[in-house]
Amino acid sequence: MNILEIFPTDDSPEIKFNSDSGIFILKGKSLPEDVSSFYDPVINWLGEYAKNPAGKTQVNVMLTYFNTASSKLLLDILMVFEQMHEDGKEVVINWFYPDYDEDMKDAGLEYAEMVDIPFVHSELKENE
Amino acid sequence: MDINIPKSNKGFLEFVYGFYKGMKTHEITLAYEGEINHQIMKAFTALAQGKMDKESEGTQVQKRVYHVMVECLQNISKHAFHTDVQPDSELNRGILLVIKTENEYKITTGNVIESGHSEELKKTLTQINTLDKTDLDKLYKTQLKEGELSKRGGAGLGFIDIKRKTGQNLEFHFFKVDNRYSFFLLTSIIPRN
Repeated sequence: MNILEIFPTDDSPEIKFNSDSGIFILKGKSLPEDVSSFYDPVINWLGEYAKNPAGKTQVNVMLTYFNTASSKLLLDILMVFEQMHEDGKEVVINWFYPDYDEDMKDAGLEYAEMVDIPFVHSELKENE
Repeated sequence: MDINIPKSNKGFLEFVYGFYKGMKTHEITLAYEGEINHQIMKAFTALAQGKMDKESEGTQVQKRVYHVMVECLQNISKHAFHTDVQPDSELNRGILLVIKTENEYKITTGNVIESGHSEELKKTLTQINTLDKTDLDKLYKTQLKEGELSKRGGAGLGFIDIKRKTGQNLEFHFFKVDNRYSFFLLTSIIPRN
């Protein structure tokens, strides 16, 4: 079992990826000073996971904010999952957005258009 | 030798009172000149967020004001990140103004840039201002897919995304400082709807 766990800070998200259960959580805010040093290790871990993934991978994205530098790295992360999907592995992206946040909802729809992976878009009520 | 910003001749007391009145005239609720770095960016965005929350500003508007401030301040601090720049250099500094009117918020930032860079900036911003929502979304997606993270860690997406989210053209101006440097002013407008 291999778990990637990164605790959230005031400028970086919580990451909790469980290679056994295939349940991946990406939650919080993303505006780190150096997006590469934050996300490169995550992408490397995912690359290893993709070689031998769980039967089903569920990626729960619950971001309340991300800056444009992060949006690039988020796409890079989604592309790892896209490759898994194209290799016939079962993957789904559960994109959650705060109920008042049209921009976050649109961001999910936009990513869904850009990558070939099943996406489920859901509202997150306040305090969830 | 650092950049020589031309100084004003106004007497100190006149300047302070004039500045205070100017802030009222222009509906400026926050004015800052100083070093712009990641910590400062976090401090001012938190300050602005707290204020808007207290004033019960609409949550989507709050989000957009926050985003504009993050992107503009990160642009300045990334731009200033040169290894050969002295810590107290003018290049690490900038100004931030937050304006609140009846119908909108305006975020103005200003910083010193090399004059050569201003041509490229002018071109980019002018182009972005001509694009409608559909073309902007296309440009954003293209840049997102094909752009690379620059040496300074930016994705070249900030200006595009500001216009996408606010729906307003970016207002910009360059003042010549000397033969080598210009002062770049950028104003983003966020409608309060």
